[in-house]
Amino acid sequence: MTRLWLMPIIVMTLLALPSLNANGTEETLRLTTTTSTYETGLLDYILPPFEKKHNAKVHIVSVGTGKAIHIAMNGDADVILVHAREAEDKFVQDGYGVNRRDVMYNDFIIMGPKSDPAGIASVRDAASALRLIYEQKRTFVSRGDNSGTHQRELKLWKQTDLTPSGAWYLEAGQGMSATLRMADEKNAYVLIDRATYLANMNNVRLVKLLEGDPLLVNPYGIITVSPYRHKHVKYELAMALVAWLTSPECQKMIAEYKKMGQQLYYPNADKTDM
Amino acid sequence: MDYITNGFREAIRIIFSLDKEFMDIVMVSIMVAGTSTLLATVAGVPFGILVSEKKFTGRQIVLTLLNTLMAMPTVVVGLMVYSFLSRRGPLGSLGLLYTRTAMVIGQFILAFPIIAGLTVSCMRGLDRRAKMTALTLGANSAQAFRVFLYEARFGIFAAVVAGFGRVFAEVGVSMMLGGNIRTYTRSITTAIALETSKGEFALAIALGIVLLTVALGINILFTLCQKRIR
Repeated sequence: MTRLWLMPIIVMTLLALPSLNANGTEETLRLTTTTSTYETGLLDYILPPFEKKHNAKVHIVSVGTGKAIHIAMNGDADVILVHAREAEDKFVQDGYGVNRRDVMYNDFIIMGPKSDPAGIASVRDAASALRLIYEQKRTFVSRGDNSGTHQRELKLWKQTDLTPSGAWYLEAGQGMSATLRMADEKNAYVLIDRATYLANMNNVRLVKLLEGDPLLVNPYGIITVSPYRHKHVKYELAMALVAWLTSPECQKMIAEYKKMGQQLYYPNADKTDM
Repeated sequence: MDYITNGFREAIRIIFSLDKEFMDIVMVSIMVAGTSTLLATVAGVPFGILVSEKKFTGRQIVLTLLNTLMAMPTVVVGLMVYSFLSRRGPLGSLGLLYTRTAMVIGQFILAFPIIAGLTVSCMRGLDRRAKMTALTLGANSAQAFRVFLYEARFGIFAAVVAGFGRVFAEVGVSMMLGGNIRTYTRSITTAIALETSKGEFALAIALGIVLLTVALGINILFTLCQKRIR
């Protein structure tokens, strides 16, 4: 008797298990990408035509660039969309990725409190601004997660020959939006990509203080995970996604994607340097 | 303050309009937590009964282990399972990382010790006289054991409910093993974390309300079970 009532439960479980991961007949493609491209809503805007055309579902895992690359190195992703050129090149050179293509770019800016206690609004270049923040020990929130934005920040610090540390330098270890929110709560300075800035400018108190330094250009690239390194990756579907993101049609969609009436990303696949 | 009241108003609208994204997220949570609880019940209840009824060497160790695992941090489970399921790990060829199955595995590990452990304590707290009475009334030992199990039904149910409560509300395992993929592995808790970091509170609040309601329901069920035991 006691076993009898267990039977339906076991049967139900066995029936439920296969359906657990069922997502229709669609093929799935796993894309690891930065927090910014996902949280600004760009991917939700440009991926549906691709999914429809290929009867596929793109599973987006949005993490920082460093982690996105790491997941792909382990073979847990099919394709990556990231923004840290040096790390990207190393990824390809080490044989983990193939066919890197430019997709788009925007730029980084530095935001801070309206009162600008470090006075960075008066300088033109990012390195000088960081130097001012360092000298006056004004609170600065760093991504601290090896993301593309974090890697760029470290590169800028290198330019200043200063090593940031101390109670004023906070390493958040979180995504771009979460880091911005932390900086906002602490009335601190923060390096941020323009897309995330535009998507959030109305719900934070911090303001844009510095922009336009050529060192702040922020290019995004897409790379297919090498089928030689990881045999199980969906190479063809991944290449189809690369083809879609770099196609004139999708590039036009990227250019048209706006928040607060402003363009977030500038497509540049046609100027590609494979 | 405005954004909180606006968030609540919008949250209520999301709940009552059965917003597609909202429903997707709730369904993922129910499906994954439901499956893992079901599996943990099928494995944990018999295991708990066995541990409480059979005398064997190392039983105390098993009990201590169960009690320790009950409080296991979710991120530790996430880390362990992640390292096994990653393509670089020993079970990598299964390709399970960032799937619902991976979430179920992690949550199973969370729920099993709770369900098994609480089953043990419930069996131990039972009045042995029911079994004795059955025996004196001429039941054989299997029949007597069934009477005993029947006595335990509310306690076991409470154990299952507690297990479900734990996995339904956890975020570490879901985030690390599921990857927060929209409509696929985005559960209530991971969605709340994402929406809050985006500064969009409405959906987060709506999901929070669901989570609280479920927690309340679970507590009521739990209390009712406790009452029936007494």
